[in-house]
Amino acid sequence: MQVSEIVTTVFLALGCVVSLTGAYGLLRMPDFYSRLHTAGKTDSLGQFLIFVGLVFVTPDLLTQLKLVLVAMILMIAAPTATHAITKAAHLHHLRPWTKSDPGGEP
Amino acid sequence: MPWIYLATAVVLLVGMFMILIRAIAGPTVYDRILATNALGTKTIVFVTLLGYVSGRTEFIDMAIIYALVSFITTIAILKFAEMGRLD
Repeated sequence: MQVSEIVTTVFLALGCVVSLTGAYGLLRMPDFYSRLHTAGKTDSLGQFLIFVGLVFVTPDLLTQLKLVLVAMILMIAAPTATHAITKAAHLHHLRPWTKSDPGGEP
Repeated sequence: MPWIYLATAVVLLVGMFMILIRAIAGPTVYDRILATNALGTKTIVFVTLLGYVSGRTEFIDMAIIYALVSFITTIAILKFAEMGRLD
């Protein structure tokens, strides 16, 4: 195994761990805002790690630039979409979860 | 080397299955929108990894288009859920 393949493997493994953690948090958390907290962060970081890991094993320059382009598009678009979802839910008076108030749709 | 891409794709599939459960069971409409958005991001990475498994890196072009379409879809559904119309 060459050095670039080892670096790619490490990046892909990190991306796998982050993505799976986000998916499990989205399934596990009790409330919409806490689910948003796990999904919004791990989406951006997981895809960024996997795309950056794939750059090291790609031979030609154009494909590397395309990989960085997809990573940058997602790095801008995913937090914007998360912010828009949060704003829409907040404007519709979705209450956060507490111990005395189970929350939910008004 | 292809088995590493394949293992990453399988792990992503497991995550997509968990997100799909949340999209079906989510109590509010915003849970479903959030799950759809996360599913879109995972699908983009999955398509790129499938291209690397089969040795055809042209799949990245599809990933770029899917990223743009997924973002626009999320914003459009949110606007429809917020205002009840799209104009």
